[in-house]
Amino acid sequence: MTFIEYKALSPAQKAQYKIKEFFSQLPSKLGSFFGAIGKFFKNLVLGIVAGFKGFGSRFASGDMATKLSYIVMGFGNFTRGQVGKGLAFLAAEILYIIYMVNFGLVYLSKFNTLGTLETGQQEDPVTGRIVNVQGDNSMLILLYGTMSILITFLFIGIYVANTKSAYSAEQSLKAGKKNPTLKEELKDFLDGKYHVTMLSVPVVLISVFTVLPLAFMILIAFTNYDANHTPPGKLFTWVGLDTFRDVFEASEGASKSYTFVQLTKWTIVWAIFATFSNYIVGIILALMINKKSIKFKTLWRTLFVLTIAVPQFVSLLLMNQMLQDDGVVNLILSYMHLPTVSFFNGTALTARITVIVINMWVGVPYTILQTSGILMNIPEDLYESARIDGATPVVQFFQITLPYMLFVTTPYLIQTFVGNINNFSVIYLLTSGGPSKNPNLYQAGETDLLVTWLFKLTMSSNDYNTAAAVGILVFIVCATLSLITFNMSKSSRNEEEFS
Amino acid sequence: MIKSYKLSRMISDIVIYVILAILGIIWVSPLIWLVLHSFRAEGGITVPYIFPKQYTLENYKKLFTDTSVFDYPRWFLNTFVVAVFSCIISTLTVMMVSYAFSRLRFKSRKTFINIGMVLGMFPGFMTMIALYYLLKAMNLTQTLPALVICYSAGAGLNFAISKGFFDTIPRALDEAATIDGATRNQIFWKIILPMSKPIIVYTILTSFVAPWCDFILVKIIMGDNRDNYTVALGLQRMTDREYKQGYFKQFLAGSVIVAIPITILFLKMQNYYVEGVTAGGVKG
Repeated sequence: MTFIEYKALSPAQKAQYKIKEFFSQLPSKLGSFFGAIGKFFKNLVLGIVAGFKGFGSRFASGDMATKLSYIVMGFGNFTRGQVGKGLAFLAAEILYIIYMVNFGLVYLSKFNTLGTLETGQQEDPVTGRIVNVQGDNSMLILLYGTMSILITFLFIGIYVANTKSAYSAEQSLKAGKKNPTLKEELKDFLDGKYHVTMLSVPVVLISVFTVLPLAFMILIAFTNYDANHTPPGKLFTWVGLDTFRDVFEASEGASKSYTFVQLTKWTIVWAIFATFSNYIVGIILALMINKKSIKFKTLWRTLFVLTIAVPQFVSLLLMNQMLQDDGVVNLILSYMHLPTVSFFNGTALTARITVIVINMWVGVPYTILQTSGILMNIPEDLYESARIDGATPVVQFFQITLPYMLFVTTPYLIQTFVGNINNFSVIYLLTSGGPSKNPNLYQAGETDLLVTWLFKLTMSSNDYNTAAAVGILVFIVCATLSLITFNMSKSSRNEEEFS
Repeated sequence: MIKSYKLSRMISDIVIYVILAILGIIWVSPLIWLVLHSFRAEGGITVPYIFPKQYTLENYKKLFTDTSVFDYPRWFLNTFVVAVFSCIISTLTVMMVSYAFSRLRFKSRKTFINIGMVLGMFPGFMTMIALYYLLKAMNLTQTLPALVICYSAGAGLNFAISKGFFDTIPRALDEAATIDGATRNQIFWKIILPMSKPIIVYTILTSFVAPWCDFILVKIIMGDNRDNYTVALGLQRMTDREYKQGYFKQFLAGSVIVAIPITILFLKMQNYYVEGVTAGGVKG
């Protein structure tokens, strides 16, 4: 379509054209997205290589003191007037060696087998008596092993920085310049190197309490750490991709693969319904509230917003209690001689519909809040021309409002979609996954999402490896969706305005 | 023609009023039920009518005096302490990370931002078990500091909104200060932070509210140590089958008491959210 042809279209057709373009470009956008991921890793590797570049050449061209600091860290700085810095490097080296000898190496050496000696009773080879043996704890080996690996990476970074620092101290002395003293260098941390000061504490916190546990759980997915292999009594070991095979390979009876397929289907259905029901109802309500001739706008808005102001667990627990078989809703229904409904313990369909409807009660106010501003920005002339053409309000909504909103709020929609895939609290507090009437579901009920299944697998059946594998799969889906959104919103900024 | 247009408009307005009124009632009625029945004197779990016949303050009084099974005042204090500490730590880290990513230019800035984004996308439960064992190794399980750590350690990853806000503060200010000899440290404390009130208040409020609403982490970390429960987990325990009969009205009263401060904070937060986020979103 040429530009002139495009300009000749009516606003509604233009919107349609835009939407069609958007979806037809999606595959190529996906392609460029994966290209971008590849580039990211390429840059990461290149960056690491660049960090090591000159590592050897510095050693070759440096003098004796610089060469020595390849073994005794900080030596080069120490002999060139930077006593404090040199001592700091030396301290890092000594601490690392002490840590590794006393602690890290013990666990690292067993890291490839995750322990061989089982706790229990064993015959003593010398005396022939039965004695209790304190065996290996695979979980601790994995945890501390991972920790030691991360610490080693950190140490390698410091080590390379040390050789660089020694070499540059030598070079600047040769050039006749004075090296900065410790005080000057520390002062630089408040100005030139301020990012180090600002980021070091958060980075340490995140590494210890997010990255380390995450690395640990990812590794768990490749072991057989389940109910039959629970430390400290039992050992577990590496099994490669077996856990993922369990999740994907079809088999008879109550199997993990059947459950995975069923729950994935329901998770997708749930995410679609939860996202779009909230979205459309929220937009309609926002339109009604914001209509020019409607009065008491603040009152209406407050009525709806009040439900999100109340902590979610309170409102969800309340709903859970009200809709029980003997809860207030059924009590009133039977009082009025109406048939009672078993919301959470009846059929799967009733429970599923109930969760989606209650999720609307929880979620619609968010949409009202977030879309009100955007709705106000839809160009008024779009509606005017539509009205002149004789479009009814319903037609206007489906031909103008919805396409416009879909276009502007796609990133928001995808975020909500991802949020719904991970919507733990709604399902957990309302149904806890029930009703659990399908005997073929392994450790799951009819309304369980993948994330609540993950939670149950770790909490009640100790299938840590399956849980970790499911977590990784959920992550891959969510991360892909989010990164696409991020890329799109970045590129769409440069695109021409929707009109 | 004009008359019929006016008429149809009036009819459509009336229809909208009716829809809004009905939906509005549906939306708030569970909350009104919650408040009304927390004052109910008669009956056990539920009664088959909407308005209680007798009103009393007994449920609230029992909540604070009868602490043998459910120590509500203690949980309230626990939650408050955890919320205050985790709010201080999270706000500081979030501001530091956002400032570094928004204002400072260093070599691996982009890499750090990307890694931070990817880390934020893992489902939170995945790390919980490992976190539990890590805290156990530090001898911290079943204690309140463990909760503070869990709520605030990862806070640095939530830099997106405040970074967006910092991005909108004109760089000319930084440059002018630098010419006057200010260090980046001084710029952060004396220029950027005083100018970012909405986003700071927003961060403080969100991180303060989080511990009041979470019950999963508490459940895993605290196990059966009831003394260190927070309000959310305690209230959830009250609705367990074995306690429900005796404690349901206390549960309603307890929910009202938590909901009031959070609702007020939330309505306050709304203003700052609009001020801070929309400002940050424009040039984001």
